[in-house]
Amino acid sequence: MTRDEIILAIKDIIETIAPDEELDSLNVDERLRDQIELDSMDFLDIVMELRKRYGVQVPEEDYKELASLTSCADYLGPMLENVELKVGA
Amino acid sequence: MANLPRVVITGVGLTSPNGNNLQEFRGNLLAGVSGVKPYNIRHVGDTVAGICDFEVTRHQKRKEARRGTRAGSISVYCAHEALADAGLELDKAAGMVGGRDKSRVGTYIGITEHGNVETENEVHNVAGFDYDLSFWSHHHNPRTVANNPAGEVTLNLGLTGPAYCLGGACAAGNLGLIQGMQMLQLGEVDLALAGGVSEAIHTFGIFASFASQGALGAHADPARVSRPFDLNRNGIVVSEGGCLYTLERLDDAKARGARIYGEVLGYHVNSDASDFVLPNAERQAECMSAALKKASLGIGDIDLVNTHATSTTAGDLQESDALRRVFGDSHDGESKVFVNNTKSFIGHTMGAAGALELAGNLPAFNDRIVHPSINVEDLDPGCAHAGLVLNEPREVARMDTILNLSFGMLGINSAVIIGRI
Repeated sequence: MTRDEIILAIKDIIETIAPDEELDSLNVDERLRDQIELDSMDFLDIVMELRKRYGVQVPEEDYKELASLTSCADYLGPMLENVELKVGA
Repeated sequence: MANLPRVVITGVGLTSPNGNNLQEFRGNLLAGVSGVKPYNIRHVGDTVAGICDFEVTRHQKRKEARRGTRAGSISVYCAHEALADAGLELDKAAGMVGGRDKSRVGTYIGITEHGNVETENEVHNVAGFDYDLSFWSHHHNPRTVANNPAGEVTLNLGLTGPAYCLGGACAAGNLGLIQGMQMLQLGEVDLALAGGVSEAIHTFGIFASFASQGALGAHADPARVSRPFDLNRNGIVVSEGGCLYTLERLDDAKARGARIYGEVLGYHVNSDASDFVLPNAERQAECMSAALKKASLGIGDIDLVNTHATSTTAGDLQESDALRRVFGDSHDGESKVFVNNTKSFIGHTMGAAGALELAGNLPAFNDRIVHPSINVEDLDPGCAHAGLVLNEPREVARMDTILNLSFGMLGINSAVIIGRI
């Protein structure tokens, strides 16, 4: 996956767990929690979906790396380098 | 109950397989419209069920519905609809409900069981990952705790008063109503949201267990599967549904000029102490008699008994026996009672049954029409009663009191008597 594809993958996951939110205008550099309603249970959902869809294990101490879409792409980039994007899973 | 405050029903919020508010539900009960439909659930396959089609997002965000449970969504829907029906405005910003502080509103919801749906879902989910429990959802515990449906109501409506569920098998809907009434009488709350809910159709285990017990109904026509009192009845239809009432002390209801559906005149709950699943006519009769005594009423004062009858061979016979023990066999002697059944329309809504079935009969206080028990082609002589209203609605001369019966597994019996005001 490219950086853009990782951002797409994360947005697709957020769309599933926070279906009331408008995601098109998300600023990639801003914290997700400052832009849409996401609580700690939602972040656990994001971690769970990454595990289910892409086999990625995010340890608890790294949850902070998922704060913004950019930081997600930075952190997940090496892990998802050889993984195909699955949208609408 | 003479020295305790009188408690009345002032609002009804419901979803039934054949109606998403009292008007629709009552209309279909008088028109003979069943809510039982073809249904498919994993591992069981094609069967039938009573399915509700209320609009979940009317009162919940999609995220709330996803995070919570079906029982929670049903409860939230019923709670909002009951408040609206009662003319009680929910002002979340001010923390007020119809002029009462949010901390003085109690939520009491009867449930047959809770957690089966989510547990089955999670087991199904991890089975797809070779039972690796790192795929087990963190939502499992908050979804399966026994107070989940009541808790979801408080979260959605911003209520901070007492809120919990009452586990009472299929007597639970009456238990919710009784608990709400008692808490109002004790002065613990100033408004109660009380009744029962069921999400049962979403667990394959309930269907499978009734099937293994030989108690899951079948018929070529889905609408005719649930046929209490019919000689050829062969079991239960599993249904979902919910009904919550707004209960208030009579003085409070009068002070605000509320419309009053009826007064809770009496109630009783007792136990068979005889079998895990088989009912006990003697104890059911004792339950009815104790409710009459609490209400200071005689058998001649009861105008309608809404039976629990689930369409099983044993259950309907035992209940009919219990009715005869209390009311005799006629309805034109000392007893003037009429008898009907609601499960013939909607199947068995489990934890919702007591509250929902009562609701369908409350309009009779105004129209004096008894909705029938439908689908009786060949009346079982063991279930015969002179007061039975079969297949067609009947207009009656007097409708001042309704005795609502709900019984459940492990031998729990409940009776509630509602009076016209």
